[in-house]
Amino acid sequence: MTIDQSEKKVVGITLGLIGLFVFSLLYAKGKYKTDVPVCLPYDKAYTEPKINKLDEKTYQVFSVAAMWQFQPSEIYIPVGSEVDFYLTSKDVVHGFNIAQKNVNMMAVYGAINKTTVKFDKPGVYDIICHEYCGIGHQNMRAQVIVNYPEAR
Amino acid sequence: MQVSKSFKQVIFLELAIPVALLIIGIYHGLMQTIYRAGVLHQTSFAKLDYYQGLTLHGVINALVLTTFFAVAFGHVTMAFYFKKEPNRKLMWLSFWLMLSGVLMAAWAMLAGKASVLYTFYPPLKAHPLFYLGAALLIVGSWVPLFDWAVMYNGWKKENQQNKTPLAVLGTLINFIIWFVCTLAVAYEVLVLLIPWSMGWTDTVNVNLARTLFWFFGHALVYFWLLPAYIMFYTILPKIAGGKLYSDLAGRVALFLFLLFSIPVGVHHQYSDPTITQGVKFFHGMLTYGVAIPSFITAFTIAASLEYAGRERGSKGLFGWMVKLPWFDESKYLFAYFISGLILFVFGGVTGIINASYSLNNVVHNTAWMPGHFHMTVAGPVFLGIIAMSLYIYSKLSGKRVFLPKLNTIIPYLWVIGMLIFSFGMSWGGLRGEPRRTNLGTSYLNPDNALFRSDWVPTTLLALLGGIIMFIAAMMFIVIFFGTILSKKKEEGVLEIPVSEAYHDEKRVPLFDRFKPWLVAMIVILLLAYVPALLNVNKNSGPKAPRFNIDNPVPQVSAKK
Repeated sequence: MTIDQSEKKVVGITLGLIGLFVFSLLYAKGKYKTDVPVCLPYDKAYTEPKINKLDEKTYQVFSVAAMWQFQPSEIYIPVGSEVDFYLTSKDVVHGFNIAQKNVNMMAVYGAINKTTVKFDKPGVYDIICHEYCGIGHQNMRAQVIVNYPEAR
Repeated sequence: MQVSKSFKQVIFLELAIPVALLIIGIYHGLMQTIYRAGVLHQTSFAKLDYYQGLTLHGVINALVLTTFFAVAFGHVTMAFYFKKEPNRKLMWLSFWLMLSGVLMAAWAMLAGKASVLYTFYPPLKAHPLFYLGAALLIVGSWVPLFDWAVMYNGWKKENQQNKTPLAVLGTLINFIIWFVCTLAVAYEVLVLLIPWSMGWTDTVNVNLARTLFWFFGHALVYFWLLPAYIMFYTILPKIAGGKLYSDLAGRVALFLFLLFSIPVGVHHQYSDPTITQGVKFFHGMLTYGVAIPSFITAFTIAASLEYAGRERGSKGLFGWMVKLPWFDESKYLFAYFISGLILFVFGGVTGIINASYSLNNVVHNTAWMPGHFHMTVAGPVFLGIIAMSLYIYSKLSGKRVFLPKLNTIIPYLWVIGMLIFSFGMSWGGLRGEPRRTNLGTSYLNPDNALFRSDWVPTTLLALLGGIIMFIAAMMFIVIFFGTILSKKKEEGVLEIPVSEAYHDEKRVPLFDRFKPWLVAMIVILLLAYVPALLNVNKNSGPKAPRFNIDNPVPQVSAKK
């Protein structure tokens, strides 16, 4: 079986390119801690909406998605806070997207999703439901308000 | 070759019914861009709701058109290469199963009882006939595989030392992938969803249903794509005036698809709970594996086209591009195929971005996603399907293509519309614009508290692209049905162009048999999916009751 020279080159380039992609992913994971959400075993404790202040700069948010709102719907935190979001759904599947912070999770009945994010800059961050969840889907939004005393 | 009247009838129906349904499907595509751009600030238009229209758009364009065409094109390929028609009764059985499924689902959707989108994620509940319709469409599309396998075995007995024709190999591989992946969705629909929607069971495991759906869902896109690949490998080089650069490359690519099309589904669930990061990462790596056959194809097709251009007397490094039959009426398939390939460059690159694990956080479920897959399924897949439907119909009926000059312009118009649309969608997605959302009533309504001015330019671009694509598609509808209504000009024959190979390698036995590949396929599948399903089983909590689209309170009885 003979293989054409240019075909050999192309296979080499392809494998090299894919190697580069894999390297970049692992590099970003190591250096910038980018990762997909953490999966937790189901625990009923997370189904009650809640904001826990662990210390000045560390928060836990138990976010519960339902047709067609997130609870809590407004989350006030100071600049520099690190927030653990725990997410579940009371009914159908919902999405949870904080686009500015690349937070992207699905809220599913009978399951707990988790991610951690640090808010370094003041501002209002939209949390948008990005999974179709029935007729009110387009109105389903919450906000994280970082150092925005006037909004209170 | 000459074929029977019955064969022609099945093929005509399987090509024309989905093209007729496209009028509804594409109308709702246009409508979504209108709502989303905030031109309409309402939940419905002409008595059809946004999400009802979105369901019709997805089901008709992505499931019905693609499945009907794959079956019809498979019949045509088998009959043409084996010079023998498939079993008549089984052809009709398959057709009637698929059609009855489509009619059931169409009723449920048009009656507004199944506005659950084409992914039908529970616990949003659709009417049981929607699920049953989907199941019948799938079961109907299984039937031909078994008949074709018999035809193939018969041929192989007499042709031990001959290479299986590439198009036949592709068709069989495609339907094997389809059969295996649809087992999961058939289980989801028949065992989990139908009893639940009928009220025989009270709850459903949502995480399990999602995982089963995506076992099917990603292989589904290869089921759409492989008929187009078969056209690119076995028809395009001939039309372009050249030869297929390498026959063996095509076989390698096809078998790699057999291995890697299914065990990658969790890359659609990177943002899901219940599946661990390790399993997600593994599926991400396997997804890079399935990129390899597409890279091979990109090279082989480009090399074939360069060869064609040089055969046509081109000079210089890029002169071959100019020499190709871009606007040749008699070679209109070229215009459609090359247009699909141009879109697929962008579709492929954005696809690799989506597959890239944590990078998916940036784009998951945003407008970026439809921006991506419209350049695949509504790129090479859609253009290949409509062009080949027209070609097979006109040859088989002996009719000439209506408005042939216009016909060569349509695909380029489609490319322009699609690039504008997808640019708008991708840009919007990067700014957090969600997909599957009636933006016009909230985020794109200046009077609403949720108004987002930064999504105005992105949704306007999508609207502009949508209008251009709608015009192109309607022109095709006119040409297709104009051809059907025209008079017969010559004897109808079954004929498809066949490309010779430039590097026609000797038969390599490994690439001409299924067993070792099927074994490898099953091993990889188990490695990828046993851990995923164990994860889901371990991390899932209570199962969910039934929810209607308009009520946060679960439904106690199934009747409504």
